[in-house]
Amino acid sequence: MDLVKILTDSLRAAIGVPAAAYALAATGLNVHFGYTGLLNFGQVAFMLVGAYGTAVTVNEGGPLWLGLLVGIGLAVALGLLLGIPTLRLRADYLAIVTIATAEILRYVTRSRALQSLTGGVFGIQKFANPFFDLNPIPPGRYGFGTFNFSHRQLWVMAVGWLTVGLILLLLTVLLRSPWGRVLKAIREDEDAARSLGKNVFAYKIQSLILGGVIGALAGMLLAIDTQAVNPDTFISILTFFAYTVLILGGPGRILAPVVGAVIFWFLLQFTDGVLRGALEAGWLGSAIEGNEVAAIRFALVGLGLMLLMILRPQGILGSREELLTDER
Amino acid sequence: MNAESSPAFQGVAPLPGVPKPDPILVAAGVERSFGGLRAVAVDRLEIQRGSITGLIGPNGAGKTTFFNLLTGFDRADAGTWHFDGRPLQGKRAHQVARVGMVRTFQLTKALGRLSLLDNLLLAAPGQRGERLAGAVLGGWRAQEAAHREQAEALLERFGLAPLSRHFAGTLSGGQRKLLEMARALMARPRLLMLDEPMAGVNPALRQSLLAHIQEIRTEGATVLFIEHDMDVVMGTSDWVVVMAEGRVIAEGPPAAVGADPEVIDAYLGRDHGKAAGA
Repeated sequence: MDLVKILTDSLRAAIGVPAAAYALAATGLNVHFGYTGLLNFGQVAFMLVGAYGTAVTVNEGGPLWLGLLVGIGLAVALGLLLGIPTLRLRADYLAIVTIATAEILRYVTRSRALQSLTGGVFGIQKFANPFFDLNPIPPGRYGFGTFNFSHRQLWVMAVGWLTVGLILLLLTVLLRSPWGRVLKAIREDEDAARSLGKNVFAYKIQSLILGGVIGALAGMLLAIDTQAVNPDTFISILTFFAYTVLILGGPGRILAPVVGAVIFWFLLQFTDGVLRGALEAGWLGSAIEGNEVAAIRFALVGLGLMLLMILRPQGILGSREELLTDER
Repeated sequence: MNAESSPAFQGVAPLPGVPKPDPILVAAGVERSFGGLRAVAVDRLEIQRGSITGLIGPNGAGKTTFFNLLTGFDRADAGTWHFDGRPLQGKRAHQVARVGMVRTFQLTKALGRLSLLDNLLLAAPGQRGERLAGAVLGGWRAQEAAHREQAEALLERFGLAPLSRHFAGTLSGGQRKLLEMARALMARPRLLMLDEPMAGVNPALRQSLLAHIQEIRTEGATVLFIEHDMDVVMGTSDWVVVMAEGRVIAEGPPAAVGADPEVIDAYLGRDHGKAAGA
């Protein structure tokens, strides 16, 4: 078992494009859940409209920038569509509606009726060439030893993490403002916020749209990185991975999604590497087979999360005092 | 603070629904039923500007429901009510608060994971930084600094200043009542509606809360408060309104109401066990 290779692979995963995308998706959920107390179980729907908005627009002959705008516009529309009927109701209604909407959208995009537009079950490929044409990094591989990236990977990573940085900067400004204070007040007790003259419904809509647009950016990043969109990428488990990332980091902390995403992807790759290494070395005998590794690593990551919740329920960045305060 | 010392009520007859010389709130025909139960049926009630009005009545009399209707937290089946001449029926809770009618809650709603200072700052009306565009573009800091000064002064006044950076969730029950009252004042109410401000408060804090209520009136706001403790109501109010089974059954100066046989009947006759055990 080559431990150095396993570690470098894990580090590569920890700072790779999927980690950046998960950090964005979880940042959107942080706005929803961590700061406003909204239970959005359909973050993947925002990722889907972001990815497809971009892919379809470019595929139909539009420029890339227009595709990004269409993706963002669709996320805004989705936020309004989800929020207007549900945000006046109790919190659980939003959860039910969002998870159902995410599944509906996935089935609609893979439907035969829309195949000419979305590519149906085959999705759309090779639409992000204009993005890679902008790459200023000369072709080649960069890094040390086995820890290296292609110029192409580096370009997407740079844009992805830069986006994460800019979004976090914007959120820092927003959440430290009186606007952010109202969101937190709604999270704590929306009737109290109402009694002090705050239009709770309007703030919830704004929060849902803002977090949803950030989720759409995550979808775009994943789509551009792989140069492919496919309806079956956008399954509900993605929403729950994003929640995992957020809770790992500690909801209600600006940097939590970044810390969570880096650790999540490191652990996922690390357990995968160790399991495969052990399998190759014959240490596991015939207990598991190669095609079972992927499932077992998720079980191990789940076990790790359970331990975290027992030992540090507030997440890595969260404060214990805050958690205890919450219990009243 | 007896009726004799409240010149505003000179010549006002102690009858249910009686008009006041200068009412800030006028409610007429306000009704609300839950299924077959008629929780509120107030024919007419006027609240005199600049006074402290106590609203009493046995459990289930509809006092809190009446509060909820007036403040937009519940929808009335019928009725109109005017605040300073402005119709408020059908308005939503945040709109009611913005015109200057601010309420507190029977079960205190401290915002647990916000600091005491943030609890107060939240309540300041007309904040530029509360708009998304305003929050991004900035330009709200001068206003915020002024609000912070007001908030700190209020926390000082309510004896909470040493705790201003703590989470509100760490406060005791009595301190939460103080915080909620301070927070409501930060919203600059013209009519402050307190729902059982003394519930679960120890006697020492109770005195301080009472003093605060008097002070609020002295500063020009009107106070309407629900209270179970008869001694508190009689000692603090300029005027007392009694509700039973959803209706206003009596109103008048504290001494007169205390001696009203119908009030004694409502409290002791139908609700004897609870009144004695409370």
